[in-house]
Amino acid sequence: MKNDAAILPERAKSIRFSECSGDGSGIKCESESVSGAVSQRACVYCGARVVLNPITDAFHIVHGPIGCASYTWDIRGSLSSDEEGYRNSYSTDLRETDVIFGGEKKLVAAIDEIMAIHSPKVIFIYATCIVGVIGDDIDAVCRNAEAKYGIRVIAVKSPGFSGTKKTGYKMACNAIMSLVTPDVLPEKTLGVNILGDFNLAGEMWIIKNYLRRIGVEVVANITGDAKVDDLKKAPSAQLNLVQCAGSMTFLAKKMEEVFDIPFIKVSFFGVTDTSDSLLRIAYAVGDKEVIQRAKAFIEEEKNRVIPLLNKYKKNLEGKKAAIYVGGGFKAISLIRQFQEFGMNTVMVGTQTGSKEDYEVIQHLVDENAVILDDANPAELEAFMREMGADILVGGVKERPLAYKLGVAFCDHNHERKHPLAGYEGTLNFASEINLSMNSPVWETISQGGIKYV
Amino acid sequence: MLELTPKKVSERSTLRINPIKTCQPVGAMYAALGVHSCMPHSHGSQGCCSFHRMFLTRHFKDPAIASSSSFTEGASVFGGGSNLKTAIKNIFDIYDPEIIAVHTTCLSETIGDDLNGYIQDAKVPEGKLVVHTNTPSYVGSHITGYYNMIAGFIKYLSEASGEKNGKLALFPGFVNPGDMREMKRLMKLMGTEFIMLPDTSGVLDAPMTGSYTMYPKGGTSIPDIRDLGNCELTIGLGELTSEFPADFLEKKCKVPYKTLPLPIGVENTDNFIMALNQFSKNEVPYEIEEERGQLMDILLDSHQYTNNKTVAIFGDPDTVLGMAQITLEMGMIPKYVVTGTPGAAFERKANALFEKFGVEGCVAKQAGDLFELHQWIKNDPVDLLIGGTHGKQVARAEDIPLVRVGFPIIDRYVHSYMPIVGYKGAIRLAELILNALMDRQDRDCDDEDLEMVM
Repeated sequence: MKNDAAILPERAKSIRFSECSGDGSGIKCESESVSGAVSQRACVYCGARVVLNPITDAFHIVHGPIGCASYTWDIRGSLSSDEEGYRNSYSTDLRETDVIFGGEKKLVAAIDEIMAIHSPKVIFIYATCIVGVIGDDIDAVCRNAEAKYGIRVIAVKSPGFSGTKKTGYKMACNAIMSLVTPDVLPEKTLGVNILGDFNLAGEMWIIKNYLRRIGVEVVANITGDAKVDDLKKAPSAQLNLVQCAGSMTFLAKKMEEVFDIPFIKVSFFGVTDTSDSLLRIAYAVGDKEVIQRAKAFIEEEKNRVIPLLNKYKKNLEGKKAAIYVGGGFKAISLIRQFQEFGMNTVMVGTQTGSKEDYEVIQHLVDENAVILDDANPAELEAFMREMGADILVGGVKERPLAYKLGVAFCDHNHERKHPLAGYEGTLNFASEINLSMNSPVWETISQGGIKYV
Repeated sequence: MLELTPKKVSERSTLRINPIKTCQPVGAMYAALGVHSCMPHSHGSQGCCSFHRMFLTRHFKDPAIASSSSFTEGASVFGGGSNLKTAIKNIFDIYDPEIIAVHTTCLSETIGDDLNGYIQDAKVPEGKLVVHTNTPSYVGSHITGYYNMIAGFIKYLSEASGEKNGKLALFPGFVNPGDMREMKRLMKLMGTEFIMLPDTSGVLDAPMTGSYTMYPKGGTSIPDIRDLGNCELTIGLGELTSEFPADFLEKKCKVPYKTLPLPIGVENTDNFIMALNQFSKNEVPYEIEEERGQLMDILLDSHQYTNNKTVAIFGDPDTVLGMAQITLEMGMIPKYVVTGTPGAAFERKANALFEKFGVEGCVAKQAGDLFELHQWIKNDPVDLLIGGTHGKQVARAEDIPLVRVGFPIIDRYVHSYMPIVGYKGAIRLAELILNALMDRQDRDCDDEDLEMVM
């Protein structure tokens, strides 16, 4: 019997235990959160903002009251090799009179004021919750501004209530399409686009370096360390590599439709997934030399990294992992990675995983593992306790929860401290979870007879 | 870093760049967390609740619990009544708090949700409570939301029974749990019986026990909030933050009030202690006198390192005014004092301080932002920056030391446990400021000028 005291009746279908997977009903996911639940989920605006924010030379004006701008100011450790404009926060800071009389004039003035200070190539205008309600025609404002200044001013309509974070990803993908779609399709090159890496802690650089090593040229990074002019070259790529599938599959499909670029899904978390992805990229590109070089590179990296990983393995083997992350694809990669370390995943949840994701997850984990969609802290606590998790992998809101329970923690989200992608990322990941699980701090805090999870 | 900030200040009337404030609901959430066994509830889109919890978690490094009405398209057209009804039922069923404190958002305010009506119609289990306040995000700032929520608790719960309880009502201002603990310590030392609302100590600085509890031990109790109406006197600390709830309590329950600046620095703490002395009629104990004397000793020992140093201070209005006071007391010149929160009283009070200490060329600004402060610094630099984490980009760009004080501080630990109020808090501030200035002197001086003894 599972601990169901902490489960809202409406939530029961969003949680399942692998053992009862025979009824064919599947997990309830991709739905709205229950009113009153302490959900860990964010909103449509947040989804749109996190995808577009890493474009380093774009200007992002948040049209709405100040909060939405304050909470997202420089929050996403996306690194830049050059421009720093995206690390500022721009907002129309709507006040009561704007809500009564409309905010359009203010938005027009805000664009004028930005143009007086800078010379941006593109401005994204995010419409937050109340903009539609007060009836601002931001499309018209954007059109007029484009005509006046000869730059791209793109509306991102992302009122928080209009869906889940995933809806926001779509809005961002539409904005990117609007930015990169040329009048005439360019000649194809041999290069590829990388979709869905946000260059957290410099991960885009690692992946680009790998591709360079195997002889694959990168046309556009979408959106980690991206610049507007590079993004505009994206239609000339021969292949799209989709990394964060949750946010970018929509864009990949659009690009396939409009630019005739096929895509493959890749993951650079863990030795297996990284090697697998590199090989698949090489075959997809179809160049013999690239395939040769990929094989050699993988061999070389594996020989370098696996002995190092084995050193951690004795500390990690047999430990139990709990996962609570944004997307399903990342959860899947993490489960595989824990398997590589000899660890067992006992609980896995996501904020926005799809039905397909959950099916894969179910096949990867043990039969008594707990799977949950859009979980709240009470559920996370109950199941981590029950399953005796040694470490939780999650984001900012999960960190203090894990520590209060006496469970080790690794941030695999915006606050990751080291790159976790690729071979060196796998080493970093092993090192981080080893550091947290085997830190002397557990000895210190266990003194006095307090027993933890 | 921030090379995009031009030196030339251009006319800006609408565009907000790099804000020094955030919206009302997060302040309301913080206030509600300072009530024992209370679930703060955000009546709006899910993102609001998520952002606020993230913001508070990043500052306090502790779980910040709150629920959301999870608005959908439907709710934004037909109103959020049914969302709130479902939410109230679910929250009591599963999370079982004693009280739910609902605050609104820009969305629920704009579509005109009638919270009074919704709550009257809601099914609330016997012995449980639901209160609310209106926190339109497009008015004021998080400070406004904080005091609105305090007034919301008073509106629903506080009553004057006709019999006084002999206690002091204290509104602590928008401060950390560490400050609230220090205020309580001082009141106890002064032999004052008090009720403090809110009290986030024991909630957002709860100890590690090995088990997670949604409602830690701390927080003002519901009986105490009811009993606020029977207090003899209210002291509102932080005049721009606490006057509103103090006035509200006076109007509702006839409790007279006085407001004082946050007790940051010598004079402000003296005033707080004297007010406690007048209230309790107890003499100031030696323990407090000793702390004051230590502070005097420290300020005197170190004055040569702070004299005439210029400083820029940004953050929440009462905190900034308090920091202006203590830096002036240390012989420094608070050249720029800026708050993002709108309100002309801030500038008046800051200018009065400049005049009192006879310093010239200092600028105070309400409803300002960090971009403009950065431009001022580019045109006329300062020796030190005091404020929250978001100043670190400016500090790096201009190579100025940053002393982290205020909200939010999301890139350092321990700060929320340590007071900046009282004489103890002033001693800590003196140490932080001196370390920053003296570390800089050590870093910048020539080899032959590196002093072993300072």
